[in-house]
Amino acid sequence: MDTLKQIFSLSLFLASFRFATPLILAALGGIFSERSGVVNIALEGMILIGAFAAVYGSASTGNPWIGVLYSMIAGLVFAAILALVCVTFKANQIVVGTGINIFASGITIFLLQVLFGVKGTSPMVGRLPAYRFFGVRFNPITYIALILVPVVWFIFFKTHWGLRIRSIGEHPAAADTLGISVNKWRFISVLISGVLAGLAGAHLSIGDGSAFVREMSAGRGFIALAAMIFGKWHPFGAFGAAMLFGFAEAIAVRVDFAFIPSELISAIPYVLTLVVLAGFFGKSIPPAASGEPYYKGEK
Amino acid sequence: MNNYSDKIKSILTDLGLSLLSIVVALIVGTLFIFLTDKSPLDAYSALYIGAFGNFSAIANTLWRSTPLILTGLAVALPFRAGLFNIGAEGQLLMGGFTAGVVGFYFTSLPAFIHLPFAIIAGMFVGGLWGGLPGFLKAKMDVHEVIATIMLNHIAIALTINYGINIFRDTGRPATPRIMDSAAMFNFKNIMDHPFLSKLPFAELFAHPAIRLHINFFLALAAAVVLWYLLFKTTLGYEMRAVGFNPDGAEYGGINASKGIITAMFISGAVAGLAGVGEVLGTHFSFMQGMDAGYGFTGIAVALIGQTHPIGVILGGILFGALAQGGLEMQFSGIPSEIVMLIQALVIFFVAALQVFKVYLAKRKAKGGVE
Repeated sequence: MDTLKQIFSLSLFLASFRFATPLILAALGGIFSERSGVVNIALEGMILIGAFAAVYGSASTGNPWIGVLYSMIAGLVFAAILALVCVTFKANQIVVGTGINIFASGITIFLLQVLFGVKGTSPMVGRLPAYRFFGVRFNPITYIALILVPVVWFIFFKTHWGLRIRSIGEHPAAADTLGISVNKWRFISVLISGVLAGLAGAHLSIGDGSAFVREMSAGRGFIALAAMIFGKWHPFGAFGAAMLFGFAEAIAVRVDFAFIPSELISAIPYVLTLVVLAGFFGKSIPPAASGEPYYKGEK
Repeated sequence: MNNYSDKIKSILTDLGLSLLSIVVALIVGTLFIFLTDKSPLDAYSALYIGAFGNFSAIANTLWRSTPLILTGLAVALPFRAGLFNIGAEGQLLMGGFTAGVVGFYFTSLPAFIHLPFAIIAGMFVGGLWGGLPGFLKAKMDVHEVIATIMLNHIAIALTINYGINIFRDTGRPATPRIMDSAAMFNFKNIMDHPFLSKLPFAELFAHPAIRLHINFFLALAAAVVLWYLLFKTTLGYEMRAVGFNPDGAEYGGINASKGIITAMFISGAVAGLAGVGEVLGTHFSFMQGMDAGYGFTGIAVALIGQTHPIGVILGGILFGALAQGGLEMQFSGIPSEIVMLIQALVIFFVAALQVFKVYLAKRKAKGGVE
């Protein structure tokens, strides 16, 4: 009974917003990239570099908001590498994404040593202020993430830009015929995904915490990818999935189960994603041209 | 005749592209070394001495290359069948964990049963962890990249987070130490061996710093077996046909599902062997952090080896040398993470240079007769 009471408490529900924030942001980023036809498994690395840049910005200027700005720029730069190599040079998106993830873990630990002179954890830096909602304190990035969900939905389904991005992810050749520059829009979409993933990193390092810890993204980029798939590449769907996964994380941290070891609760998002992909809850189908480089002038 | 010279030409192109990527990665890497106020020349000479400076260094370079050759193969084989296995990390963990449990759980088996049993059990479970996404891909059209990412994280939860906690007997995050009967032969103990100690130069290996163990030779054997499988058997031909053009292969009477599942199972077993070797030969228990990102480095190894088993051996030794030499760099005050950056740069450049290969192929097709 106690376990049930703990699960269905308001504070646990509200806490899951905090855990879900980086997932929501990175999943929205993933939607931008994949809807335009570029698979982005580098979200993980972009979150990590964003987290580091936020701490560096906050430490060097004393202003955590500059840290937020830095995190978005860092995500943007990493996304630009992905876009340049994959969209412009048409290299394999998964290969390059993996490269970016390795690069991000290497460069953050490297820069920790060069800039802060430490190996594992950066010094404490100024963190973002928190604002109360139903008595629970949230940092501004959580509110931004919640506002962005309907905004991204609006962009995708109510504006010309969104239609363009969706069309180049489904049928780039047809979009090209209509005069839409496929590679330009893909480049832009990947950059947006980098900014959002970088912001997710800032949430981890200076929103929820106040230091950078090596490998602190801890697979969240991949859970965000799972949330995006689980939510069928739709902003509201991804939001729901991110909340579910955030809830699972909150439970794992706070509730003791007698029957499921807490270590295994963290695997729930991944198992659910596999089940969904296998088609047990209605098929989850990616944008048709996702993962395919576009060569102008071919079929 | 003509066919033969074409083949040599294509091998030389591949080799050239790989070498070019490495050189460019090392040059770009110097930018990061400048950030540390050290001279790149000193850094790279430390790297070289650390990796090849003396006999022990060379032996340990081979030791470090062992799991990388195996995960490289685990990426390369499915790649030839048109599949991207980024699940080597999870397959390695599942294989290593299984071998670790078998290694300590059975206390009274003779070595000639215990060791092979632990190796085969580890490879089998690794194979299942690779075969599952193969099955999902073949039967339910689930993209193998997403499935293997998910299975990586499930494997982490199962083995590192949960598995270690059930079995551990000390404060160390590791399973109990394996029995001696399940341990792989380490070359530093060569003088105790009845036959190997009689080999010429055997005493060179009898150095306490040498950590090379028998799994390196299993990795070489795996590369040869996979080369034979891919290029000399019908099954290998079918896998390559599926990779080249899945619809065409199906039309030609090839069972694509079978090829996909088999390729992924074998790949998982090979990645599993990487974990088995780390547990039974290097650490003597399954411990947190033993995977060290080998599954992902394996992608770089496979690419630099142009997904050819023999190329993968060379790529694995190169990356093993970077890892071994990186330690020496660390001693001279340069963060060894430079090595990770160089690995990532190699991935970027190999991937980008593939485009050049596509361009060459296109120009040739356009040129027609040459």
